[in-house]
Amino acid sequence: MSVESLFPRLEPLLPRVQKPIQYVGGELNSTVKDWDDAEVRWALMYPDAYEVGLPNQGVQILYEILNELEGTLAERTYAVWPDLEALMREHGVPQFTVDAHRPVRAFDVFGLSFSTELGYTNMLTALSLAGIPLHAADRTEEDPIVLAGGHAAFNPEPIADFVDAAVLGDGEQIAIAITEVIREWKAEGRPGGRDELLLRLAESGGVYVPKFYDVDYHPDGRIQRVAPNQPGVPFRVHKHTVMDLDEWPYPKKPLVPLAETVHERFSVEIFRGCTRGCRFCQAGMITRPVRERSITTVAAMVENGVRESGFNEVGLLSLSSADHSEIGEIAKGLADRYEGTQTSLSLPSTRVDAFNITLANEFSRNGRRSGLTFAPEGGSERMRKVINKMVTEEDLIRTVSTAYSQGWRQVKLYFMCGLPTEQDEDVMAIADLARKVIKAGREVTGTRDIRCTVSIGGFVPKPHTPFQWAGQTDHETVDRRLRELRDDLRRDKEYGRAIGFRYHDGKPSIVEGLLSRGDRRVGRVVQAVWEAGGRFDGWSEHFSYDRWMECAAKALADTGVDVDWYTTRERDEHEVLPWDHLDAGLDREWLWQDWQDSLSDVEVEDCRWTPCYDCGVCPTMGTEIQIGPTGKKLLPLTVI
Amino acid sequence: MTQRLRVRYAKRGRLRFTSHRDISRAIERAVRRAGIPVAFSAGFSPHPKISYAGAAPTGVASEAEYLEIGLTRRCDPQRLRADLDASLPPGLDALDVVESGGGGLADRLHGSVWLVRLRGVRPADAADAVERFLAREQVEVERLTKKGMRRFDTRQAVVGLTVEGAGEPAGQEPDRRGEEHDSTPCAILRMVVRHVTPAVRPDDVLAGLRLVAELAPPSPPEVIRLAQGPLDDETGGLTDPLDFDRDVADSRDDEQGTVDGAGECAASVGGDVAADL
Repeated sequence: MSVESLFPRLEPLLPRVQKPIQYVGGELNSTVKDWDDAEVRWALMYPDAYEVGLPNQGVQILYEILNELEGTLAERTYAVWPDLEALMREHGVPQFTVDAHRPVRAFDVFGLSFSTELGYTNMLTALSLAGIPLHAADRTEEDPIVLAGGHAAFNPEPIADFVDAAVLGDGEQIAIAITEVIREWKAEGRPGGRDELLLRLAESGGVYVPKFYDVDYHPDGRIQRVAPNQPGVPFRVHKHTVMDLDEWPYPKKPLVPLAETVHERFSVEIFRGCTRGCRFCQAGMITRPVRERSITTVAAMVENGVRESGFNEVGLLSLSSADHSEIGEIAKGLADRYEGTQTSLSLPSTRVDAFNITLANEFSRNGRRSGLTFAPEGGSERMRKVINKMVTEEDLIRTVSTAYSQGWRQVKLYFMCGLPTEQDEDVMAIADLARKVIKAGREVTGTRDIRCTVSIGGFVPKPHTPFQWAGQTDHETVDRRLRELRDDLRRDKEYGRAIGFRYHDGKPSIVEGLLSRGDRRVGRVVQAVWEAGGRFDGWSEHFSYDRWMECAAKALADTGVDVDWYTTRERDEHEVLPWDHLDAGLDREWLWQDWQDSLSDVEVEDCRWTPCYDCGVCPTMGTEIQIGPTGKKLLPLTVI
Repeated sequence: MTQRLRVRYAKRGRLRFTSHRDISRAIERAVRRAGIPVAFSAGFSPHPKISYAGAAPTGVASEAEYLEIGLTRRCDPQRLRADLDASLPPGLDALDVVESGGGGLADRLHGSVWLVRLRGVRPADAADAVERFLAREQVEVERLTKKGMRRFDTRQAVVGLTVEGAGEPAGQEPDRRGEEHDSTPCAILRMVVRHVTPAVRPDDVLAGLRLVAELAPPSPPEVIRLAQGPLDDETGGLTDPLDFDRDVADSRDDEQGTVDGAGECAASVGGDVAADL
């Protein structure tokens, strides 16, 4: 049965909403395939506003890969703002895709990519607008399989009631595999209905289907056991890792929106994974091992992407881009190639060493040296040892001085507050560090015209990290420490004016903490918040801490646990964690040992350059570190 | 900068929801993709030399938007039109390109012709409202601008206002695939409006019609700009603002006895050839 476009019903609503262009689709390089020719149809959602969701690499890559498959169709949908949501409800217009404006409910799979847990309420809006029952248990043959992916899917338990399935890790190959399972099942005439399809997916070991697992609790609220309730369903579900990224050079046809978005550039992932071992960093833990794209593939992707998109900025993305084994050659080669073409290059610079400045100089050849960012993360030497961010004060001062002496006028330093074992003096050490930076900068430049901005984020303990057992610091403590730090910086006559200070209050981190390490009982809180009007929780103007706390108090009333239990409580070694049955490859004993090591300031090296320390990922997942150097050089392009 | 070209382009269908900023980004990217040798401004953050004249508001379609682009190499206008059009997203269409004959293009855009489709309004009611509107010397309306609520006259800016009756208006239509044909009445207004300050837009005229005759369309009006250009006092209509540039180009061709090489952007002619008039 064919599906009509919803656009004629949507169009009259558009003059009445903000930024209507975000809802009309038609992006350059977008694809509309024939509905009836497709056997398997995916609706892909990034559950945030279009301006944030469109540039998302994960969604763009899956969109392209799925549309390349014959007989498969993929379209995109994003969170609609409350103004359009109200009009859609009033006029009965369901959640639509932006490609062909088809109703999301008509698709076979509704796949959501969660970079952050703060998108959960937006998922409920989309389900509700789509006419899909909020609870997986209430869905019928008429509803798509609701599938979660992205980093937050490494603990999907807080949304276990709402999703039919979740996948962990790189999506390229598993999306194709899921498509194949659905195609077969449909071709066979949908035997056994929805449940059999889910069972087939679950039996593969690569797709987590929450309903096939029962969770038992101890009387004190801790989890006793998580176990499959169906024969054939594995005890643990594994993450997916794409090896040889040169074989997957996506996006090949980057989407170019008409509406303005948060990243107006063509981005290339130069590698996946990171083994620096920063203990707070979930991304670094769950994306192991390091897999580089070769210098030649990176250059070919940049050339193709710039030509296909017309973007005038290229971003070289990864968790720590300066760590690519041939980043120097890449930087120089690309800077040479694009010199004089009004194409700018950028890489998120976070590493604290002089080499990073050489790279930044290369990327800013055409003149502008505005700002450099370094992330020492912890203010005191002791704190940095706890989190395994191996940067000494000496390194930092030397690096920043070099930056100032080479013409950079503004340096941004990124820190976290609320880290495990943190004391007041660890946070106050940030002020000393910032003052030393300015002092050194003035000495090397002979001018007072240099600045440094201290930017602070709240730490949230995340699953699959050594800090997964840690108690989160309460927001009162975080806020007090940040206030004192701010006052201390402002009091200073000599340096105060040269130091900027940016921070957020600690409350949103508590909600993030609840959603990050929550279990299935937290789903009630998410639903209650959504019913109370919670939307766009990643946006400070929409986020309400009080709403979350009030709803949590009510929704958790009969469970014996509360928000503090999920957030500020430290877990012991043997407590069953809600995500223990989900396998990121990290050995639980290694994680625990690393947590203990952190408490005694023991650091761990990067396994790219030192022997393996048995985190467990490579042997468990059958993967290996893939790094250069390849020794290849980039030649000038004959035609750009 | 070696050559300045003037481009008439359309924003059609769904792309009427683009803002002016959206359009300028889309055009800059299309220019890059098409490999058009656009000139850049000097300085720390160079910008492509593309300037826009009188952009239609967000939500309004147009068959007559104008921009001027500065090039570092001479290009054949027709070839550039085709290249640019091929690189623009569907719905943004390059319609006409001529070499600048000098003078300010924006200075020639004295007025616009607008077509306004009012679904659910009977043509007779619209005609009645128009008659009452035109009978007034002054029709003041209010609009929330960036500077706050402003009150201004709409009547004097209206050079012509007629009702075209039921049926589909000329020009590009919004996309209405899949829509059922119904018997809802529909009035179509054709407005010729002088460009004044503060700008009088079609919705301001509609506000005026509402004021004088309580004309209240049940659904949002669909507006298309059909033309911009110098006002022709004799006919009450507009003339093509690029005619002047075409005349200059023709006379130059006559003088030189040649036509620019067909489609060779690379063929560079030294110096700035913009006629000084």
